[in-house]
Amino acid sequence: MIDQRSVLFTMVGMLLVTYLPRVLPVWLFSERPLPPLVVAWLRYVPVAVLSAMLLPSIVLVEERVTLAPGNLFLWAAIPTFIVAWKTRSLFAAVLLGMVLVAGARFAIGIG
Amino acid sequence: MVAFRRSLRSKPVWLHGVARAAPIVMGYIPIGFAYGVLAQQAGLSLFNTLAMSVIVYAGSSQLIATGLFAAGIPAWSIIATTFVVNLRHLLFSAALSPYLKGWRKREVAAFAYELTDESFALHSAAFVARMPPKAEIFAINVTAQLSWILGGALGAVVGGWITDVKPLALDYTLPAMFIGLLVMQIKVRREIVVAVLSGLLAVAMTVGGFGRWSVIVATLFGATLGIVLERLGDRGSNGQPGIPAKPEGDS
Repeated sequence: MIDQRSVLFTMVGMLLVTYLPRVLPVWLFSERPLPPLVVAWLRYVPVAVLSAMLLPSIVLVEERVTLAPGNLFLWAAIPTFIVAWKTRSLFAAVLLGMVLVAGARFAIGIG
Repeated sequence: MVAFRRSLRSKPVWLHGVARAAPIVMGYIPIGFAYGVLAQQAGLSLFNTLAMSVIVYAGSSQLIATGLFAAGIPAWSIIATTFVVNLRHLLFSAALSPYLKGWRKREVAAFAYELTDESFALHSAAFVARMPPKAEIFAINVTAQLSWILGGALGAVVGGWITDVKPLALDYTLPAMFIGLLVMQIKVRREIVVAVLSGLLAVAMTVGGFGRWSVIVATLFGATLGIVLERLGDRGSNGQPGIPAKPEGDS
């Protein structure tokens, strides 16, 4: 059993480290505008960060590159990408990805 | 409820914001549901499960945190992981800052509280074209967070009956969400190069034993690469909107 009070305590810490990065830049820089180069640089951040979180989660199994068919997360990602790109819908992408992984586990019992 | 309806009638912009939040709601209810189930599986109380959606409100780190709580990871380590995962908000926040010039400090504080990947994507696309009324902007944010809390509540209630998350593929929610968000962010070909190379760097760092730093290092690298490619000269189809493989005239 986990201690619910320590969970709450931890969450207050999570609140601080989540809220400060959200509020400080907009607070500081809405008065003094950032240099155009910095603004241009910032435009690439979302793409870079999302990919940096995604790719290891689908390519690696126990911290090793695994391209075998048994790596369901990787193979389900391909149709998920295509559907996300065609529909531009987060909901459609998440639903398809989960249906594929759940379906493969049910049908072939892998993963 | 009556007050809510009245506010809708007197401020139609509010309603417009609620409607514009619909794509976010469609994503947040099921992902929030998965979070609620996983939080229950991890042994979090219903109160804590909902409290995390209210006070932390960060989808990916909440999903990650449930796993860390379940594994008995120490608090400081969970907080440090949350910090690293959410550092990208620093950059979202800085990117939106030019548009919030002239806002009151407390308005900025309230806006920033509900800044997420999805609300950033929606706002950053809209702000470039035209700054919507504040009521509309806040309506989007509040609707999104309420749907996230609702999804978590549904998951937490149902979660007690689910013994294993794998048959429902709830462990694939987060990767699938990242795929959807990533694709929605990609507008020019150069960004595909940035995505592929930052992703590969993160993989290499994780394999090499530097997984803790992979996200932040790969992000700094990727954004710098994007600027370098941009400044090196845009020729040919680089810089054109749309994804190259998509044929002309295809709806």
